[in-house]
Amino acid sequence: MSKLTIPQEEIMSSGHLACQGCAGALAMRYMLKVFGKKTMLAVPACCWSVIDGPWPYSAVSVPLFHTAFETAAITASGLKAGLVAQGINDVNVVAWAGDGGTFDIGFQAISGAAERNDDILYVVYDNEAYMNTGIQRSSATPYGAWTTTTPANHPKDRPKKDLVEIIAAHRVPFVATASVAYPEDLIKKFEKAKNTKGFKLIHIFAPCPTGWKMAPELSIESARLAVQTRVFPVYEVENGVHYKLNINVKNPKPVGEYLKIQGRFRHLKEDDYKVIQENVDREWELLMRKVETFK
Amino acid sequence: MKHSDKDVKIKGASDMPEMPASLGSMAHNKTASWRNLKPVIDESKCIKCFICWKFCPDAAIDFIDENTSPKINYDYCKGCGICAHECPVKCIDMVEEER
Amino acid sequence: MKKVILGDHAVSYGALLSRVQTIAAYPITPQTLIVERLSEMTANGELDAIFTKVESEHSAMASTVGSSAAGARAFTATSAQGLALMHEMLHWAAGARLPIVMANVNRAMAPGWTIWTDQNDSLSARDVGWMQVYCQNNQEVLDSIILGYKVSEQVDLPTMVILDAFVLSHTAEGVDIPDIKKVDEFLPPYKPEIKMDINDPRSFGALTSPDVYMEFRYKMQQAMDKAKKVIVEEGKKFGEMFGREYGLIEEYKTEDADTILIASATVASTARAVIDELREKGEKVGLVRIRVFRPFPTEEIIKVLEGRKKVVVIDRNISFGKTGIFFDEVKGAFYNSKGNKPPMFGYIAGLGGRDVTPKVIREIVEDALNKDKPESEIIWKGVKL
Ligand SMILES: Cc1ncc(C[n+]2csc(CCOP(=O)(O)OP(=O)(O)O)c2C)c(N)n1
Ligand code: SF4
Ligand code: SF4
Ligand SMILES: [Mg+2]
Repeated sequence: MSKLTIPQEEIMSSGHLACQGCAGALAMRYMLKVFGKKTMLAVPACCWSVIDGPWPYSAVSVPLFHTAFETAAITASGLKAGLVAQGINDVNVVAWAGDGGTFDIGFQAISGAAERNDDILYVVYDNEAYMNTGIQRSSATPYGAWTTTTPANHPKDRPKKDLVEIIAAHRVPFVATASVAYPEDLIKKFEKAKNTKGFKLIHIFAPCPTGWKMAPELSIESARLAVQTRVFPVYEVENGVHYKLNINVKNPKPVGEYLKIQGRFRHLKEDDYKVIQENVDREWELLMRKVETFK
Repeated sequence: MKHSDKDVKIKGASDMPEMPASLGSMAHNKTASWRNLKPVIDESKCIKCFICWKFCPDAAIDFIDENTSPKINYDYCKGCGICAHECPVKCIDMVEEER
Repeated sequence: MKKVILGDHAVSYGALLSRVQTIAAYPITPQTLIVERLSEMTANGELDAIFTKVESEHSAMASTVGSSAAGARAFTATSAQGLALMHEMLHWAAGARLPIVMANVNRAMAPGWTIWTDQNDSLSARDVGWMQVYCQNNQEVLDSIILGYKVSEQVDLPTMVILDAFVLSHTAEGVDIPDIKKVDEFLPPYKPEIKMDINDPRSFGALTSPDVYMEFRYKMQQAMDKAKKVIVEEGKKFGEMFGREYGLIEEYKTEDADTILIASATVASTARAVIDELREKGEKVGLVRIRVFRPFPTEEIIKVLEGRKKVVVIDRNISFGKTGIFFDEVKGAFYNSKGNKPPMFGYIAGLGGRDVTPKVIREIVEDALNKDKPESEIIWKGVKL
């Protein structure tokens, strides 16, 4: 029982500016453990543009380019092109963005990079809202959630955008979901991405205690419950057609167990739980059909 | 202009690079003051699974070796409580910070 | 080697001769020929560069910013709507102090849809921290791309090389295409001191507090000031090597002139013939072409204009609610100067590609010659009421 299950090396330093219990910071820690020092980051406006620290500091010991909100993917592509043009072929370039920079404003540039199959890894740490600007809804905000722009008496009334399916439709080599609660699976995916040429995207479920109105110690717990309730399935798609479920949830917990620990769902009633449960069941069923059909 | 682990002192334009390129690491920034509760590991109960080490978002738990309990770095620990919550044998206590 | 080429192709040759390493661009009339020719050049190996066919101009500039930050010599080209879409990233390129060179084909802004020339697209990007060079012929377009890199890489600011839609972009002119080995001598490979480098890892562009932000902006202004000298020095060196010298402004028959006409781009090249004509009639007129608009040649302008009887500015642009932009800037340059301030006439002409013929220019100058003072801050030339 006494072996480390993830790499020991730390490339992200302590002293960064993430809130207590921020899973977005934890996700970066994991990624850098795998990618190591031969890595460059493109980071758009998001919590990470604060977490990394103000000038003249940085919290990661790899080069990091702060870029405009909607340009993570293309800045990474540009960096990669610039390196290759100089004959530097052994440096991995990672775009590291929030859900707003990914599902919303940066969507077009991601689609461009995916369609061209640019050789980058795109990571979205998904905290399901615009946290940097104070918890506004994004198209990754789930149905029923409170945010400052979807107040409790009129919470989000549309489901979360299905990013992975859209990226898979670009027929890119590798796209996956992952969770900070399952670091071993996440590490494996980073390794796979590191060893795959072309466009890769990993969608990481990354709870934000501040924005979810939740105690910081519940960050990992909530991420685990999202998987165990089937709210957030952990799977991957190779070349846009080969589906693989990475974490099978045979006996799912009711969605309420996930929802009730977060303040952002406090206004929901039993009826709302029912609607959400039905949505989750239907989405899971759809995914299972794909997993069985497209092996 | 070299990168350093220490606090960087800037007088003005003359000791700044042309563009905002970093000159130092956030490691200079001790975040201990963010903490209200402080995790304390009961080493007698610790099974050395390193799950706390694994989940710390602040990389504030040091791995020494496989036969030694991990050590919390109180310079940086923000007191989020994830380590205590995730410990499978519940050997980490969150105790009131003395100030 | 002399070739008869379009202005757009002069841009492509300029990029080729500068040995650009990355290109990211998105097509827009009248810039498309640049992109097409560069695609051919990279596809057939003539130019050893990575060409990213991006999905928008915003991405074209973001990609160029990334490549330049990684240490590559990066190039792009656009026009009008494309330049406007890039706007946010224009700030990024300048603020990150990246020596990018971009060609912008001057095209009027929609709506209504138009593809013809005026300068409102590039002048809307006046304050982003890019150098701006307005070219008068295809030779200057090609040369200015090479010069652009030479200057930009010394002052760490990007350069926009600007050419008129159709009047240059789609007009064939004889252009001397210099030997690439000679260009190599003039323009050595790009070697930045600081870049995105795994052996010297840093963050770039982090949060800057009010405590330090101003100092970074002060440095940009210093770089612009330095650029004024560098542009002139390099323009001279270029002249020594290639026989064509370039500066911030260009004077024509100004020495004994009472009246000075100020113009830019192809309006200025057309104006030369008008100056000759008026001289034959005995009018002591001269021409100043503003070649470099940013950094603005304040001292040079004051020096040539001081003590003259009249100054006439033709603007192929307008700052709505104010005046023509060159007019405004020339006037502004004078306010704190000690010498005699000549009366200035500001004409707006040629918007949206309306022809600025020798006749139009002659009428403008004659109108000014017949008046003591301008009757209004804006004089519209040729607007149909
Ligand atoms: C063009 C532009 N529009 C708006 C903003 C303001 N802005 C900065 S970060 C942000 C939200 C980021 O949300 P997300 O991508 O989810 O990252 P998070 O902050 O949640 O980590 C917004 C709206 C901006 N920087 N640029
Ligand atoms: S607001 Fe949320 S995502 Fe942002 S740093 Fe805090 S915990 Fe992390
Ligand atoms: S309380 Fe949080 S920050 Fe402190 S050691 Fe535990 S996990 Fe790390
Ligand atoms: Mg977010």
